[in-house]
Amino acid sequence: MVRMVGSTIRSRHSIFGRKLIRELSMRPSSVGRMPTVAVEAIDLVKVFGTNRAVDGVSFVVPEGSVLGLLGPNGAGKTTTVRMLTTLSVPTSGTGRVAGHDVIKEPAAVRRSMGLTGQSATIDELLTGRENIRLIGRLYGLPTKYLNKLSDELLERFLLTDAADRVAKTYSGGMRRRLDLAVSLVASPPVLFLDEPTTGLDPRSRADLWDVLRGLVKDGTTLLLTTQYLEEADHLADEIVVIDKGKVIAAGTPTQLKDEAGRASVVVTVSSLADLPRAAELLRQHSSEVHVEDMSRRLTAPAAGLADMTRIAAVFTDSGIEIDDLGLKRPSLDDVFLHLTGHRAEEIDETKTEQEAVR
Amino acid sequence: MTATVMRPPIHHRSLLQQSLTVVWRNLLHIRRMPEMLLDVTIQPVMFVLLFAYVFGGSIDVPGSTYREFLLPGIMAQTMVFSSAIVALGLTSDLEKGIVDRLKSLPISRSSVLVGRSLSSLIHSSIGIVVMGITGLLVGWRIRDGLANAVLAYLVLLLFGFSMIWLGIWVGSLMRSVEAVNGFMFTVMFPLTFVANTFAPTQDMPTWLRVIAEWNPVSALTAACRDLWGNGLPAPADAQWPLQHPVIASIGWSIIFTAVFAPLALAAFRRRSKD
Repeated sequence: MVRMVGSTIRSRHSIFGRKLIRELSMRPSSVGRMPTVAVEAIDLVKVFGTNRAVDGVSFVVPEGSVLGLLGPNGAGKTTTVRMLTTLSVPTSGTGRVAGHDVIKEPAAVRRSMGLTGQSATIDELLTGRENIRLIGRLYGLPTKYLNKLSDELLERFLLTDAADRVAKTYSGGMRRRLDLAVSLVASPPVLFLDEPTTGLDPRSRADLWDVLRGLVKDGTTLLLTTQYLEEADHLADEIVVIDKGKVIAAGTPTQLKDEAGRASVVVTVSSLADLPRAAELLRQHSSEVHVEDMSRRLTAPAAGLADMTRIAAVFTDSGIEIDDLGLKRPSLDDVFLHLTGHRAEEIDETKTEQEAVR
Repeated sequence: MTATVMRPPIHHRSLLQQSLTVVWRNLLHIRRMPEMLLDVTIQPVMFVLLFAYVFGGSIDVPGSTYREFLLPGIMAQTMVFSSAIVALGLTSDLEKGIVDRLKSLPISRSSVLVGRSLSSLIHSSIGIVVMGITGLLVGWRIRDGLANAVLAYLVLLLFGFSMIWLGIWVGSLMRSVEAVNGFMFTVMFPLTFVANTFAPTQDMPTWLRVIAEWNPVSALTAACRDLWGNGLPAPADAQWPLQHPVIASIGWSIIFTAVFAPLALAAFRRRSKD
């Protein structure tokens, strides 16, 4: 499969990144071996008053792939999704969903996509089955077909037992599942999921991930926003990191991790007294050795397993007793810290995304 | 090769069919939460009993009994309150993201509003029926023939329709159900009380009487009284709307629709853009 971006792109250092994404997005999608583009954001901007909630966001989602839009609260994820799903009109720029322009052909866009909003937008006074039927009727599905479909969806999302209960009585996980089931009534080829697992317990989250993987296997293109790096890592083929309304990085999870720095070897010595000698040994291999007295830990960049094996051999020969030695690859959390200077979970209390929307 | 998603047989439905689906959904709400109907059932019945038996004894009505005089007033009040019903329903749907969900579907966006309006008219009509029965029990009668009686109901419905636009406007502007509640009741109570709904305007101070008689609710109430034959026509010194209440009611309805419908649609659209 051809990736959207050949290498990791960082627009923080130059405008090159954004330009490249835009050039890619302009390639004719049906020519050659390029996969068809399912979703593209083209320099999307949304201004609320003086707040540039989304400030020139561009990306491409090839058909059948999963794009993770990653960023902290208030980064502009929800606003971006709202523009791509025709719920919000961009201040400038545009987007395309299944080949249709979100500004010029909103009706065609709505026909080709499904949306699961940030808070489960199910009708609490309706039963699970009625929620599905409401949307199915609006799509104009024949009653007989709709009855069968409701049963299937309820079964697939483990809601058969609760089908005729009012959705108000559902747990958080059940609500999300129903919300997703409702989004799938018309089997949209493109599905937008705005923070699909926020507020779910780990078990429900893992269940939902399974469901999403199943959808991708069936050919659905997913665009999901998340604050969880782990989620993006698990599900996404491509990750676009946004912060303060701007794309700050894009690439595969692996590329982003490489971007944050090489892997490093972490050595924990048994005795604090050995620490200076161990540091001396490591310095023969690498000029950047980081020493932590408290944890008796030494960290040095390493190219890979071969490096680690060599360093392990050196320590065995030296007779220094060690507790632990291992190769540590940077996590997406490290990536985020590296890119933005702050952690992804940090929530800007003064302006949450919800307020930015209003 | 990636698999292709199989799509179900999607048929385009007309605006009416889509709106009726929204009505179906709104009526399910009433079935699940019958207490939603309190505002058009128990509440106006309480008003009837309160005014008919507590205050009524001390209010003099020329040419009729107080109970006959009262019923058209309560009916008019119920219709005016339909704007609050619309506003509450719409704000609640906006707040909970239901409107977003509906707007993300390939349906006509007007169906959300049309469906909301139709169900609110049904809601208010239930109130009118309950009022009618209550009225008959306490001694209210229709005394001026079937044609006029039907015309009175049509005038009520038309006025209710114009009030719906006010409701959509307020519902689109307000950010929470609580805000709508506060706003609507602050506006609605003076509007329905500074009028001829519960007491004749003749005994009011002159300045208040002028305001009350130009109050659109007074025209609506007077129109119903005239058409149902509940009491004497307005005295010769009453303001123009009370001299020609049916025409005035229709006129007010047209003016309200002309003013509030564009405001409502613009506010709803603006709310939809962000």
